[in-house]
Amino acid sequence: MPAKGKIVIDRERCKGCHLCLVVCPTNSIEVDSQLNKKGYSPARFKENPTEGEKGCTGCTSCAVVCPEVAIEVYRAK
Amino acid sequence: MPSEKMLMRGSNVVGEAAVRAGCRYYFGYPITPQNELPEYLSWRLPEVGGTFIQAESEIASINMVMGAAAAGARVMTSSSSPGIALKQEGISYMAGQELPCVVANMMRGGPGLGNIAPSAADYFQATRGGGNGDYRTPTLAPAGGQELAEMVFVAFDLADTYRTPVMLLGDGLMGQVMEPVVFPDPIDPASLPQKDYILDGCEGRDPRAIYSLILDPPALMEHNLKLQAKYDLIAEKEVRYDTVELDDAEIIVVAYGTAARIAEEAVHELRAQGHAAGIFRPITLWPYPKQQLRELARDGRKVAVFELSLGQMVEDVILSVGERAPIYFYGVPGGVIPTPADVTDFLHSALADDGKVGRRIEV
Amino acid sequence: MSAEVAYQKVFGYPESLKPAQTHYCPGCGHSIAHRLVAECLDELGMREKTIGVPPVGCAVLAYNYFNFDMVEAPHGRALAVATGIKRVHPDKLVLTYQGDGDLAAIGTAETIHAANRGEKITTIFINNAIYGMTGGQMAPTTTLGQVATTAPGGREPERHGRPIDISRMLAVSDGTVYIERCSLTSVKNIRKAKKAIMKAFRAQLDGLGFTLVELLSPCPTNWKMTPKAAWEWIDTEMVKTYPLGVIKDNTGYEDKK
Repeated sequence: MPAKGKIVIDRERCKGCHLCLVVCPTNSIEVDSQLNKKGYSPARFKENPTEGEKGCTGCTSCAVVCPEVAIEVYRAK
Repeated sequence: MPSEKMLMRGSNVVGEAAVRAGCRYYFGYPITPQNELPEYLSWRLPEVGGTFIQAESEIASINMVMGAAAAGARVMTSSSSPGIALKQEGISYMAGQELPCVVANMMRGGPGLGNIAPSAADYFQATRGGGNGDYRTPTLAPAGGQELAEMVFVAFDLADTYRTPVMLLGDGLMGQVMEPVVFPDPIDPASLPQKDYILDGCEGRDPRAIYSLILDPPALMEHNLKLQAKYDLIAEKEVRYDTVELDDAEIIVVAYGTAARIAEEAVHELRAQGHAAGIFRPITLWPYPKQQLRELARDGRKVAVFELSLGQMVEDVILSVGERAPIYFYGVPGGVIPTPADVTDFLHSALADDGKVGRRIEV
Repeated sequence: MSAEVAYQKVFGYPESLKPAQTHYCPGCGHSIAHRLVAECLDELGMREKTIGVPPVGCAVLAYNYFNFDMVEAPHGRALAVATGIKRVHPDKLVLTYQGDGDLAAIGTAETIHAANRGEKITTIFINNAIYGMTGGQMAPTTTLGQVATTAPGGREPERHGRPIDISRMLAVSDGTVYIERCSLTSVKNIRKAKKAIMKAFRAQLDGLGFTLVELLSPCPTNWKMTPKAAWEWIDTEMVKTYPLGVIKDNTGYEDKK
């Protein structure tokens, strides 16, 4: 069943501070080992929920803490 | 229409002229000998719906001026020598930001706290920057009374036309003396031309940013060259000066402001004694009437520079005249005001080349 | 496979922020603070009626990020410049955005007097207890024991004086109407900070007086910490010197619980 929410991370805006990972309550964000153009390891949204997790709920915690306004959040209608 | 003739003290003349020139904002701080100016505006500006703030310092007031200028208003501040020193940061910023304002300096003795007597030792401060960077401040030096009123109007016009701070130089004597004055036609601030660079909220347009910070060196160079082109234009078009009885003069007295009025008496005395003396009186100290003075320094004439300082304008005279004519200098610092008789003695000494009063300048 | 789900956007890019990418360090509080200011202006519909004054500090180029009219001020003078603007345009929302050096070192006189005059201006005060732009020197708000390049052994009261609490000092003045200190160190705190900024703007628009929101802000680079560790340092250490909460509130507004 699809997650209630989803996020879109602009990986080129991301500076790899990873605060979004710290605050995500559903473990739906991971570090992308592939560097972006600025040399940062950006955050990456896990399209498929982690084992045992219900997936993104669209809580916007990640976007609220993102210093780069690099995250858009969507919630199912 | 112009006003009726009024008898007014110099400091108040500046305030009244500013209001009539469409200025509705004044921010300043008390300092002798110009306190009458903020005191006057503290009641006069509210009468016309304007704003007066006695700020916490000269620094705060020049920055309030910056904000009001950025917001599009005709705005002025005033102070005296050590207070003008505090304003240099703001003036340099406004030169870089290309914001208009009028800064009036009623000069007093220096350096440092000095005294409150009328000296004129801020020529360098006004015309040679004072603040950091490559910029020029158009500087007007009225000789008191009627001219003070007229130059306030000129100052606001220059400031708006060229988007630059403009310095109005007076001194404590000029500020205190009461003289008859007729003010030019009043200007309604609403009738002034719209400014296309000011901040009033970005409705219907892109947001604007006003700044002097340009980190990229080639870009800052371009900006400075643009400023230079503006200063060249001002130098070409806005030189102002006056002359008295120069046609047959054998000795030209170069003086500005109060010094020029004292010198005028001395020149009359010399004429009465049979000597052909005249006055060349710069009104714009920057841009200096270099070319005009240069042309006059010929045919065996002598140039006698008289200042209420240890000698600052004399350097511009040297730059203008060079070796074309012998240059003599007499300066009295510290706010001591020589009498016309003292200046007469200087002119006799210059004519005789005897070094008794003042000195010959080696170029 | 899952059925198609219709999603709607619940968090997007504010109009009051330009799309430019900022030069701020990873995890810097500035970017978050900029976004909160922008979101508040969007919600108030005030973007086109706002004039702002940036600091001299890391946010000196804030006019490249904020999407409204701005004018530079010399270091510390923002509140004097803002005073000039607000007196010419009393109907506009005028804000200054300043760091600890700008507000509470070189700008102390301009800060106190604009606040004391009750100028209807809002100051967003970014307190990161260090001088960021110039490379980590001691700030007036550097805490005791905190290391800085000009206090290499850590701040000592005898040698350096104690950290200054400008927000509490300003609260003494009758010209200030609302002062709150928040931090940018968790989802909850950031949401609270946004509410505080909103309240400050509202108080200005209602003509009540001077308002200030102090934001304890991480500086991972000059504190030499990861962004996460910087958050923790604020939450456990910095708040001992700068406790969070309402410092003054004479707005009379009922806060929604």
